[in-house]
Amino acid sequence: MRLTLILLSAALALSACGIPDDRQIVSAPAADPYVTGPGGVAVYQGDVNMPGTRLPGDAAPAAPAPGTEFAAVGTTVYFGESAADLSDEARRTLTRQAAWLTQNSAYAAVIEGHADEPGTREFNLALGARRATSVREYLVANGVAPGRIRTLSYGKERPASICGAEPSCLERNRRAVTQVSQSQAGV
Amino acid sequence: MRVAILWLAGLLALLPGLVAAQDSPLRIEITEGVSRPMPLALRVAGAGDGADQDEGGLAAEIAAVVSADLAGTGLFEIVSPKDAPPVRFDQAVDYVSWKATEIEALVTAEITADAEEMSLRFRLFDIFAGQPLGDGMQFDAPREGWRRAAHKLSDQIYARLTGEEPYFDSRVAFIGESGPATARVKRVGVMDYDGAGLKWLTSGEDLVLSPRFSPDGRTVLYTSYAGGLPQIMAIDVETVTSSALTRDATAMSFAPRYSPGGQWVAFSREKDGNTDIWIMRVSNPGFAQRLTQGPSIDTAPSWSPDGQRIVFESNRSGSSQLYVMRADGSAPERISFGEDGARYGEPQWSPRGDRIAYTRHDGAGSAIGVMRPDGSGETLLSDGPADSGPSWAPNGRVLIFTRSNGDDGVPHLHSVDITGRNMRAVSLNDAASDPAWGPLLP
Repeated sequence: MRLTLILLSAALALSACGIPDDRQIVSAPAADPYVTGPGGVAVYQGDVNMPGTRLPGDAAPAAPAPGTEFAAVGTTVYFGESAADLSDEARRTLTRQAAWLTQNSAYAAVIEGHADEPGTREFNLALGARRATSVREYLVANGVAPGRIRTLSYGKERPASICGAEPSCLERNRRAVTQVSQSQAGV
Repeated sequence: MRVAILWLAGLLALLPGLVAAQDSPLRIEITEGVSRPMPLALRVAGAGDGADQDEGGLAAEIAAVVSADLAGTGLFEIVSPKDAPPVRFDQAVDYVSWKATEIEALVTAEITADAEEMSLRFRLFDIFAGQPLGDGMQFDAPREGWRRAAHKLSDQIYARLTGEEPYFDSRVAFIGESGPATARVKRVGVMDYDGAGLKWLTSGEDLVLSPRFSPDGRTVLYTSYAGGLPQIMAIDVETVTSSALTRDATAMSFAPRYSPGGQWVAFSREKDGNTDIWIMRVSNPGFAQRLTQGPSIDTAPSWSPDGQRIVFESNRSGSSQLYVMRADGSAPERISFGEDGARYGEPQWSPRGDRIAYTRHDGAGSAIGVMRPDGSGETLLSDGPADSGPSWAPNGRVLIFTRSNGDDGVPHLHSVDITGRNMRAVSLNDAASDPAWGPLLP
């Protein structure tokens, strides 16, 4: 399901006033789900069913309840154009992935890095590898043993969506997907 | 298959009029862009005086291939004037009557064939000068190799009339594509340059990328996901047997390209997220050496024809641009400077050494261009908006590339010459991408 949410600009202005200056110095999310709509209102164009996407005001992510399927914590994080740095949103998803992997130590993870269509095939292979490595490093920094994580790049060979030059479509292809399997963990 | 070439020196002695040296021989200059194709008459006949109808049929098929080769360059127009005089191979050409037509060059050829073997003899005449252009020649080939014999004939005509190296008797490796873009099935294929003689080298079971011919045309390198992590494979085109050049549990290897002598392969190797250019010896691929350093993405290497330099794609400046370094990795120099955020990639050095072809990406999409190795003389040859992966014909005068059309994004192969003229689709039923033009066959 795809949801379009319109926030009144007045409400946004109020909350912006209440934020101290230092809190505003955060890196913008790589794939900003908000666009400016008619009349200056902020229009949310993210998919609320997309794991890892939170609506404003949602509580911070908690560790998944035991027995949670991996898919429920969010398998996929998204990146900016030609970029491999992790957005705040991506970090939240990966924090949940790390917690899940810590709880489910019998599982190993393969991280698949992907790129969008613009750019050459071989550059995008390298870029996908860089994205997968960003994810791997974050998971390791959050306590997952390095030996449980492998990385792989598909470049632009396996897009999630078939896009023309549509920016909002292309951003769905700039991603890293974590796949888990109950195999030789620790190998 | 071998095509034997014999010079028809003895037969030439029969011909009259071998005297006047020409001041300006019949010649097409490709680099200046040809606005008017040269009118050329082509007379291919069976030797059996019509008694062997099969021979006559073969002659017609060969004439069709030669016509397609020559007309396909945009440099020649194959014409059959009504007032043309009769032609018999091994008899003198009636230059006076031919001069009354529009024809500037005449090709006569004679075919003899049985079930196993065939033989093709030909001569080329400069009508205006009233004399033969070069010696007559004979090509002997197995019967099933008639297309190659026809391409050999086209090559001779092209080379003599343009002064360029020919390219018709050559093959192209490519990736055949099927299925939806989100789960594309890809196979390595090889075909004649004109799309005939298609042969698949891989099954489609594993994702494969970027085929590249060896300088002798016998081997194709490609990148395969068969082992999970992409690695470089070498496959013998004749026997269709493959072997791995790289095997690495933790590093991905891709973008291979042979050195001009064929002893080395330059490639990209990714380790812990960082991609650099390496070279390895074909005879001892375990011995690999890193050429580029640093955290940027360095990929898509291609050698200069003298083997002394390598052009590659790097984002060390912040966006993808082209760099030239010495083959030992030293002295990298940036050669592309995209304005308005344009990015440059997948360079290939021309086999003639005078140009580097590349893909240029900007806000409007991607197009094919060429520049000199010092970065000057940048010229876009295609309009895009989704053209990529140029590969040079063996003579460095024509490029083949991938064009992805419209909304479905299904790729097809196109070719264009270095003046940007003569854009045309390669005749191939399958969706195809990543063409790699092989060498002129012996």
